[in-house]
Amino acid sequence: MNILVCIKQVPGTNKVEVDEETGVLKRDGVSSKMNPYDLYAIETALRIREKTGGTITAVTMGPSQAQDVIKEAYMMGVDEGYIFSDRRFAGADVLATSYTLSMGIRAIGEFDLILCGKQTTDGDTGQVGPALAEYLEIPHVIWVKGIEEVDENSITVEQDMADCTAIVRLSYPCLITVDKDIAQPRLPSYKKKLKTRNRPVKIMSFDDFADKNEDNYGLSGSATKVERIFPPDSNDDHIMFEGTGEKLSREIYDILVKNKIV
Amino acid sequence: MQYKKLTNADVDNLKGICSSERVHAWEEINEDYSHDEMPEYGYYMPEAVVEAVSTEEVSAVMKYAYENSIPVTPRGSGTGLCGGAVPIYGGILLSLAKMNRILELDEENLTVTVEPGVLLMDLIKAVNEKDLLYPPDPGEKSATIGGNIMTNAGGMRAVKYGVTRDYVMALTVVLPSGEIVKLGSRTTKNSSGYSLKDLMIGSEGTLGIVTEIMLKLIPAPKEVISLLVPFRDLDSCIDTVPKIIKSKAVPTAIEFMQKEVIEAAEEYLGKKFPDKSSDAYLLLSFDGTSREEIENIYEEVADICLEAGAVDVFISDTEERQESIWGPRGAFLEAIKSSTPSMDECDVVVPRNKIAEYVRYVNTLEKKYGVRIRSFGHAGDGNIHVYLCKDDLDDETWKTKCKEIMKALYEKAIELDGQVSGEHGIGHAKIPYLRGSIGDTQITLMRGIKKVFDPKNILNPGKIVG
Repeated sequence: MNILVCIKQVPGTNKVEVDEETGVLKRDGVSSKMNPYDLYAIETALRIREKTGGTITAVTMGPSQAQDVIKEAYMMGVDEGYIFSDRRFAGADVLATSYTLSMGIRAIGEFDLILCGKQTTDGDTGQVGPALAEYLEIPHVIWVKGIEEVDENSITVEQDMADCTAIVRLSYPCLITVDKDIAQPRLPSYKKKLKTRNRPVKIMSFDDFADKNEDNYGLSGSATKVERIFPPDSNDDHIMFEGTGEKLSREIYDILVKNKIV
Repeated sequence: MQYKKLTNADVDNLKGICSSERVHAWEEINEDYSHDEMPEYGYYMPEAVVEAVSTEEVSAVMKYAYENSIPVTPRGSGTGLCGGAVPIYGGILLSLAKMNRILELDEENLTVTVEPGVLLMDLIKAVNEKDLLYPPDPGEKSATIGGNIMTNAGGMRAVKYGVTRDYVMALTVVLPSGEIVKLGSRTTKNSSGYSLKDLMIGSEGTLGIVTEIMLKLIPAPKEVISLLVPFRDLDSCIDTVPKIIKSKAVPTAIEFMQKEVIEAAEEYLGKKFPDKSSDAYLLLSFDGTSREEIENIYEEVADICLEAGAVDVFISDTEERQESIWGPRGAFLEAIKSSTPSMDECDVVVPRNKIAEYVRYVNTLEKKYGVRIRSFGHAGDGNIHVYLCKDDLDDETWKTKCKEIMKALYEKAIELDGQVSGEHGIGHAKIPYLRGSIGDTQITLMRGIKKVFDPKNILNPGKIVG
C-alpha cells in the first residue's frame, strides 16, 4: 500500500507574539516543530503499514528549513520525504496551498491513501485536507477519530460528528484527516535518527510541476488576502470557592443553576 | 508535657487576635485538617484551626499558645506523606495557606520573596513569566513553598540543580515564643555564626514557623529535551545509571520507572503513554541554551544507553511530547494510590552507585512477603519511592507484613549507607526508623536543639524527635 502523509512545520510554542503594527507573527528566535495533529496522521500511517505493508511518503511545503519535519518523520519510521519549496509558493492561502500540494503529489506518483492532520496549530482552518482531496478528485473524510478496518481495496473509519459517530468506508484512492487521540504518536527514535542521517529529503519546485502557470501558486494564486492578524482576547476569569464539601457543593450547584447549565 | 485543652474563652481570644471568620473551632473544622496525603497514619482533629494572614498574626497566636501551653501545628496545603502537618496532640492547627502572596520578584538580584502559603505551581508560573527558573521541582505542585522548605523537598531536577535548601537565601521565622527573627540574608556569602537558616530548612515546623521566604532563581534554560529510554529488563536499565553519571554529562533528571507503574498512570489519567514495549525505562532530561547544545550532550548519553543494552532512545522535544511523558510521570503516586484501598510508602535515599542494588533488593521483597510492591524514583540522585499496596489482604496480615517489609527496606538502605528520607521527611510516621538510622547521640543533639527553640514543646510536638 502506498500511503502519503501531509505535514507542516509550525511555531514551537503557542506563545508567539503578534507585531501589533504590521500584524505579522514574530517568529525570530521562536523554535519550530511539526504540527501536533500531523503526528497523529503519521502514527496512523505507521500503524496501517504495520498491518498492510507498503511505504509511507511524507510531504511538506515551505522554506528549506521545513526539511526538519521530514527528517523528524524519518525518525518516526516514514520511508521517504519530499519538500515543495519555491519562492513562487510563498504567501499561499488555503486554496493555493492545497493546489500546490496536489500538483506536487501528482508529480510524485500515485497513492492509495493520503493522511492529513485535522488542522494546523498556526493556520487552524482545517481546510487544506479537504481542498487537496477535491483537487486530486478523490473522496475524503475529515475528523477521523478511529480506524475500524483496512483491507486491500478500502479503509473503514470512524468520523467524529460531535453528537454521533459516522462509520464510513472509502475505496482507494482517498484522503482522511485525523483528529488527536486517534492513537498516541510514538516519539522520534534516536536509533532511526542514526539510521536515516544520510537519507535525503527530495526537493521539488515549480519547475517539477505540470501546471506552469505561476498565477495559480503562492500569493497570486490565493483567493483570500490577510488584512490583519491580531491576538484574540484572552481572559482567565475564575471564581474561588472555599469551605466545607457541603458548602462548596451547594455553591457550585447554585452557579450551575443560575447559568442554566443544569 | 501536659497541654491545655482549648476552651470557649481561648477560641474567643484567638478570634480577637485574628478575625473571627478565620478561626474555626471543634465541629466547624473541616475533616481534611485531621490528616495529610497519608490518612493511613491516623486521623487527628485539631481543636481549632486558625488561618493566619501575616507574620504579626502568627507571632500573636504563638505568644498566646506559648503562654497557655497549647500545642500548635503549622500547615500548608497538607500534601505531606509522613503526618508532619497533622495535629497529633490536638490544639491549634495554624494554617499558612492564606499567606499566599508573591511579595517581590527582583530581576536584578534574581530572587523572589514570597509568603509561605504560595503554591509551588503559582511560584513556577510567576517566575517562568519572567524567563526565570526556580530549579527545585518536587512532583506535588499543589504543595506550598513553606511546606517545601520545612521538608527540604527535592524533586526531579536535583541531579543538576540540587534541592530546596540550595535556593533559600533568607527566612523570616516566628519562634515558638512568638519572637520574630530574620535568618540568612540577601548576600551570596555568609560566614556569620551558626546557619540557623539551614537548621530551619527541613525542620518540619518543629523549630519555628516560616512566614517570609527569599528564594534564589536562575535564568530559565531556553530549551529542554527529554529522552525516554526503554530497556528489556530492570537490571540493565538501572545498571546504566552509574555509567551516565560517570560520563560527566549532567542531565537535570534521571528517573526510572517500570511498565506496571506506567500502566497504572495510563489507567488513572485515561491517557496513553508513548511507548510500552519494554519492562523498564529511564527518563532523562537535559536543558541548555540551544537545541544544538543539548543535542551534542544527549547524543553522547544516548550512545551510552544503547551500548548498555537499551532497546532504543526516544526523543521528547516539544511541549506535547513532554506532556505525554511527564504528565504520567507526575501522576505515579496518585495512580498507585487509586489502584489499592490502602498503601504505605518509604522514601529512602542511597548513594547513587547503590541504587541498582537497592532496587533489586526491593524487587525480591514482593515475592518474599506476598505483597504487591511498586517503586519508582529519582535514579540519578539515589532517591527511591517504594509503595506497598494492601490490595485484598486483611487488616491484620497487612499491618504485620507492612511492618516487616518497612523494617527490611530501611535496614537495607542503612546498610548501603543511605538515609531514611530523601525528601518527604519524618513527621510522626517515620520516627522509629530515624532513630534506628542515626542513633541515640544524634537524636539527643536534635532534642537539645528542639529544647532551645521550644522549651515548652508546643510547636508541632510529636514530630521528628518525638
